[in-house]
Amino acid sequence: MSLLQEHVLLRHRDIPNIRDIHVYTAHGGYDALRKALNEMQPGEVTDVVKASGLRGRGGAGFPAGVKWSFIPKDVKPVYIVVNADESEPGTFKDRELIEGNPHQVLEGIALCAYAVGAEAAYIYGRGEFRGPFRGLQQAIDQAYEQGFLGENILGTDFSLDVYTHLGAGAYICGEETALLSSLEGKLGQPRNRPPFPAQVGLYGKPTVVNNVETLTNVPPIVRHGAEWYRQFGTEKSTGTKIFCLSGHVVRPGNYELPLGTPLRYLIEECGGGVPGGRKVKAILPAGASAPILPGDKLDLPLDYESVQAAGSMLGSASFIVMDETVDMVWAASKMVHFFKHESCGKCSPCREGTYWMEDVYHRLRDGHARPDDVDLLLSIADQMDGNCFCLLGEFSLSPVRSSIRHFREEYEMRVKRMGIGD
Amino acid sequence: MLSQADRRELDDILKKYPDKRSAVLSALYIAQREKNYLTDDDIRDVAQALDMTVTEVHAIVGFYTLLRKEPTGKYLIQVCTDLPCALRGADDFYRRLCRRQGLPPEGGTTEDGLFTVEEVVCVAACDKAPVAQINLEYHEHLTDEKIDAIIAELREKSTEGVTAG
Ligand SMILES: Cc1cc2nc3c(=O)[nH]c(=O)nc-3n(C[C@H](O)[C@H](O)[C@H](O)COP(=O)(O)O)c2cc1C
Repeated sequence: MSLLQEHVLLRHRDIPNIRDIHVYTAHGGYDALRKALNEMQPGEVTDVVKASGLRGRGGAGFPAGVKWSFIPKDVKPVYIVVNADESEPGTFKDRELIEGNPHQVLEGIALCAYAVGAEAAYIYGRGEFRGPFRGLQQAIDQAYEQGFLGENILGTDFSLDVYTHLGAGAYICGEETALLSSLEGKLGQPRNRPPFPAQVGLYGKPTVVNNVETLTNVPPIVRHGAEWYRQFGTEKSTGTKIFCLSGHVVRPGNYELPLGTPLRYLIEECGGGVPGGRKVKAILPAGASAPILPGDKLDLPLDYESVQAAGSMLGSASFIVMDETVDMVWAASKMVHFFKHESCGKCSPCREGTYWMEDVYHRLRDGHARPDDVDLLLSIADQMDGNCFCLLGEFSLSPVRSSIRHFREEYEMRVKRMGIGD
Repeated sequence: MLSQADRRELDDILKKYPDKRSAVLSALYIAQREKNYLTDDDIRDVAQALDMTVTEVHAIVGFYTLLRKEPTGKYLIQVCTDLPCALRGADDFYRRLCRRQGLPPEGGTTEDGLFTVEEVVCVAACDKAPVAQINLEYHEHLTDEKIDAIIAELREKSTEGVTAG
């Protein structure tokens, strides 16, 4: 397993200043859009994305081309909503794409819009992305000037407007239905699914919601073909993926690797290993939202199926590495605090449950834990499980349950008041 | 309150959306940008401009953490202390910053009213910890010296502004 010869997504690492449209076009930029508009029917674009096996990079891993094919042909307007909310702890890849390679994101949006017959796209960024979105807006303006966005793109009858939109600090707005509510100027709370956004999305119209990274894969797929794309990755997890590496590694950062690359390669070759030669104790593969993996899993291939088989999820591939010095009760309490803070308040299992769990963690922290507090945490988790309105509440159980499963003795020490104090 | 210029800016933003209320976050950002927080008058103006009720806009302000109803310092310093950053020393960095600014561990506003320091959850910059946003602009790979220098510079800029009238 080796590094890619060239990046497919993080192309700004190979080609300086590719954020400038002239540099981007000099390196094949917008060729895929030209090819699609001149040589392909919209349905053929969807077909090649389907054939590539590209799966959503926002967390759920749903096949992108299949999602596009759910858009009805007879209802107008159709919207594209690009999810740049990027609020999962440990995730910082969409920001780098927006800052470093924005035209590839925009070209992906245009290809998606052509495929599904959309005439407007909104890029929803978290409020903290005000700075990165200034640069993105410049890229959009350039693309309009050069005729890649706007009316009659490249002299065809395809037209597309792309708008940016900033949220205002709410993790839940990354959930696609909450995002749509937020974009409509309502409280950013999730809605029932079904109906799915493909049927009833933004302003009640058919809508494709895709992650920034997902759409950034589309121009190279259309340009080079599905077969070319499938050379990267595994049979079911095709292509390359940006892995966000943070925590206890020498070189944290984004690394683009073929799906299926072993975890050891990511941590040791890319990240330079753990500082001071310490051992890996635990890894979070998908930020705070998926179960902790114990440190002996370094040979795990990083594709959707393998990580799931190992008892966790690949999700957004945000790898937080913890070395042997980390107190796992502390780490879990940080994540529970995050979910309590971000619970949107819509449903009581999540609103109350995350609150209770944090309360128990405070007792554990302050040395007031009761003998049955570990079982109490597990019982709160059981009561929340399956009863939350959306996945945020369900996500909050992962750090609790998995840290207890793998590191219960650290909790018991706290209960016996042996490991008190931070 | 929304000035005439603010309203013109908002008119441009409204062109992006088929429904006015989609501009509510943009409008609130405009209303709070000068003083870093929203008054009841601001909220009423935004509601009127977007054909929303004052109650609806209040609910929105309460829902999102970047919209604030309490006054803050001129510069809002938000330090990320979430897990990935904490693993790289952000908790201690934050506590030391509070101490040097004479603030309690939970943060607060400096005596001169210039700086509000608070801890926040993940801001998508985990590989560059310790990280802070100052009035929503990123400052990364921070050290005690770096943040002190930034604060000193902002403080100087503000007092200059005062003496220059
Ligand atoms: C609580 C929660 C937070 C989410 N946050 C994000 C996010 O920040 N970015 C993102 O792309 N998807 C996020 N998602 C997933 C979206 O709901 C949705 O699946 C995704 O945007 C679809 O795009 P994709 O198919 O291209 O991955 C989140 C989901 C949940 C339940």
